[in-house]
Amino acid sequence: MIKTDVVIIGAGPTGLFCAHQLGIIGLKCEIVDNLDKIGGQCIELYPDKPIYDIPAVPECTGEELTNNLIEQIKPFNFNFHLSDRVQELKNEKNKWLVKTLNGKEFETPNIVIAGGVGSFEPRKFPTKSAEKYDGKSVLYSIKDKTIFKDKSVVIFGGGDSALDWAIELSNSSKVTLVHRRDEFRGAPASVQKIKELSDNKTIDLITKYSIKDIQGNGSLESVEIKSETGESKVIKADYVLGFFGLIMQLGPIAEWGLNLNKKTIPVNTENFETNKKGIFAIGDICTYPGKLKLILSGFHEGALAARGCFKYARPDEKYRFEFTTASSTIKDRLGVKE
Amino acid sequence: MAKIKYIEFNGTEHEADVANGLSVMEGAIQNDIPGIDADCGGGMSCATCHVYISDDEWLKKLPDKEMGEDDMLDQAFEPKSYSRLSCQLIVSDDLDGLTVHMPEKQV
Repeated sequence: MIKTDVVIIGAGPTGLFCAHQLGIIGLKCEIVDNLDKIGGQCIELYPDKPIYDIPAVPECTGEELTNNLIEQIKPFNFNFHLSDRVQELKNEKNKWLVKTLNGKEFETPNIVIAGGVGSFEPRKFPTKSAEKYDGKSVLYSIKDKTIFKDKSVVIFGGGDSALDWAIELSNSSKVTLVHRRDEFRGAPASVQKIKELSDNKTIDLITKYSIKDIQGNGSLESVEIKSETGESKVIKADYVLGFFGLIMQLGPIAEWGLNLNKKTIPVNTENFETNKKGIFAIGDICTYPGKLKLILSGFHEGALAARGCFKYARPDEKYRFEFTTASSTIKDRLGVKE
Repeated sequence: MAKIKYIEFNGTEHEADVANGLSVMEGAIQNDIPGIDADCGGGMSCATCHVYISDDEWLKKLPDKEMGEDDMLDQAFEPKSYSRLSCQLIVSDDLDGLTVHMPEKQV
């Protein structure tokens, strides 16, 4: 059981800056994120895309923004719990007991939900028949590539994951790559390589087709694909892999008794607390009149939520507002020498 | 201003007068029309405002896809050659009478 002042759910820009604000006012926090890396949507959806509306930063990429935020909270040495997801919350004597999917437990008076639009999960095949084989022979990520040796593998998708795995597995498996259109969104070098492998018949490349059905009797035997004009083909398969990117699911957050408005959590604009005492929501996941889904709004929300957390984390102390330019206490926390 | 018809997967029809300059996605969100999620808020960074343009004439009439839209559509639920992201369809008088069909689901 880890005791802390605040558990932050979500390591995107909003969660990171909230952590910074907590550090500035002398609180400790632990940060949990479902992804295997820090940065949230910035790193998962647009690491290379330039952002133009961060105050005083004319232009930066999602990755640069993330790296700068990580740098900014370094002095506080906060712990990150990546590839993990907060699963359960229980209230006990004004404390929240928090449990994660990987079995970690926290005791905290405050939870800040900075969860964006939910946690990222792979998009799965739309076909019902795929569910039966999910995790066994229908896969959306690869942990152990040796299982594909000398097998027939049908890969769906047109991005880097699909192309990279098609190239890699073509060394030791019979690979068919299926994509819904002729163009691929992967790196040009990978697209070139795929075309070469297809030309010399190392892989079968089928475009303008998508999945129709998965067939098998106990174990997976074949996959049926269809074109928009109604043709269909059956391909023998031991494994079917789908790489359609990630979707965002609210997940367990929906089960914590919080008021929800579509996929967002209503909050007050004084400290961004939800209908549950000690649970705050900031960034894209919160809603209030006039809400803008901008990173800068998330920063503001995080700063105020941090002060809201202070009240429950230090009930006997009075919060005192200080500037980082002037306060020697803050400079100590940041580890800067005067 | 354009009258846009949104048809849910189950056949339920909705009509909305959408002001010029808004996107077809925003027209749905502002009128509480179900079937379009728009998780990213219109940034072409997700694929949850996916719609089908079933009418060939309309499909030709709409502005061409910008770079990146088809890449996002690869990640949509059941994309087809006549799929569009509704956040990229900006309303003008020319779009009056447009009908969009929503997919079975967005995520």
